[in-house]
Amino acid sequence: MITKEEVRHIAGLARIGVDEKDIEKFATDLSAVLDWIEELKEVDVSGIEPTAHITGMENRMREDAILEFENRKKIIDLFPEKKDNYGKVKSVL
Amino acid sequence: MIRELHEKLINKEITAVQLAEQYFDVISKKDKDIFAYLTLTKDLAIAQAKKVDEKIARGEEIGMLEGIPGAIKDMICVEGYRTTAGSKILDNYIAPYDATVIKNLKEAGAVILGKTNLDEFAMGSSTEHSAYGPTKNPRDLERVPGGSSGGSAAAVAASEAVWALGTDTGGSIRQPASFCGIVGLKPTYGRVSRYGAIAMGSSLDQIGPLTKTVEDAAIVLSVISGEDKMDSTSAQSPAKNYLQALTGEVSGLKIGIVKDYMEKLTGEVKVSFEKVVERYRESGAEIKEIELPNAKYSLPVYYIIMSCEVSSNLARFDGVKYGMRAEDQKDTMLDFSPEDRTLIETYLDSRKYGFGAEPKRRIMLGTYALSSGYYEAYYLRAQKVRTLIKKDFEKAFSEVDLILTPTTPSPAFKFGEKTNDPIEMYLEDIFTITANIVGVPAISVPGPEVEVDGKLLPQGFQLMGKWFDEEGVLRAAHAYEIDADK
Repeated sequence: MITKEEVRHIAGLARIGVDEKDIEKFATDLSAVLDWIEELKEVDVSGIEPTAHITGMENRMREDAILEFENRKKIIDLFPEKKDNYGKVKSVL
Repeated sequence: MIRELHEKLINKEITAVQLAEQYFDVISKKDKDIFAYLTLTKDLAIAQAKKVDEKIARGEEIGMLEGIPGAIKDMICVEGYRTTAGSKILDNYIAPYDATVIKNLKEAGAVILGKTNLDEFAMGSSTEHSAYGPTKNPRDLERVPGGSSGGSAAAVAASEAVWALGTDTGGSIRQPASFCGIVGLKPTYGRVSRYGAIAMGSSLDQIGPLTKTVEDAAIVLSVISGEDKMDSTSAQSPAKNYLQALTGEVSGLKIGIVKDYMEKLTGEVKVSFEKVVERYRESGAEIKEIELPNAKYSLPVYYIIMSCEVSSNLARFDGVKYGMRAEDQKDTMLDFSPEDRTLIETYLDSRKYGFGAEPKRRIMLGTYALSSGYYEAYYLRAQKVRTLIKKDFEKAFSEVDLILTPTTPSPAFKFGEKTNDPIEMYLEDIFTITANIVGVPAISVPGPEVEVDGKLLPQGFQLMGKWFDEEGVLRAAHAYEIDADK
């Protein structure tokens, strides 16, 4: 069971603003899904390697070279706030 | 279907521009009711079609997909056009580049009509989670088209496109194909480059075709597949012509049916599925019962792995680099005035107002499962069970060539039927999800239709093949299809 306090904590970690009135609903929904995935606890996984990549592909190397991106302006146009050719960010400190 | 249109183009019975315009006409008539499209790319389509017509006029040979109009799920970037992923957070996002599949399609001369609706960030099985409203099932407007590639499936089913691309993380190509009565193929993980597809679950996602026939799916796959430097997980295999695989022959083929699944089937879906099995048996395939003992854990494994990958992938939508930034919103989670939003408040509010309920649920679930103290109990354990499911498939594929299942536990449901209970909606994916967990290719093909409330509805069956054996999957699917047409 996920508590309302835990929902606040998770939402903060996930950087999602949540209204107080929605916290209860998220707590119920997340708890239901977590209860449902509990059944994985019954599986014996001792000595089993985890699978992160399914086709068993190994790391692939490439030359560390600069590739020019032609549509630079199109990316700059997407900045929500900009000054000249720079994306503007809120002050961090 | 593509082949006939191709013949018409080269015999000059119709021009590519006329063909594209015919499809735009159908869209303008039908899409008010169906809402398959979010954006039309008419300028692009006509420009592409003109090039094809010029080639034909010069007497040059054209490829099979050249001049043939199709639709693209709005999860895939088409340069210069809005790409929303069905979310408000990308409402104003204009893709600055083409996905590799789009680049390949453009090089092959395929004509792109527009971008299709989907559940927000491909999270859902009905398109009811789209921030722009749901798509309707062309076969019954009171029913969902399935999802998340519901717009693509509806566009093809309603003849608003000849072919379409979808993405499939847990069944998002195959389930809507089944609901709308068309063919949907999820290739092997890595067969098709994911570069330029908005990432959902990166170890599960694949792009694939939705089409009216298996042959059409083979034609589209031949164009979009192949190794890509821009996606380091794309498989090192040469581009292939999958049409050569369609021999119509299944005799001697070993097809597995899963004991557990058979026991769960009921009613009309069971009858439909048994007819499919019988048909393969009559065509000379050997039907063998197999077991996948750990497949029953597929849904929980999927929901952990997918949510964890989602929480990481969707971290990039923060109102800073692109997409929606919450500046005009009045209330904030914290008691600060909006004008003075700090960086953290910009994050919190952009994501609060930008994302719908389902992405939020999954981001939070993934964040929880990856957070300190829970990682081993959830994520690591799920990855280990994933290994066990993979081993089940390796064993099964040492005994059979293909695995046959229904695509969905029931045909298309009505709007609102499953929106209140997330788990009800998740159970839609029960037969499709394992193919993503183990990465194998899988196709949904229309089977015998089923009667619900006095109405016939489409019901698909699914064939899963060995890793990188798209040929085998397509061959068996095609054999059923040409047999059904007789």
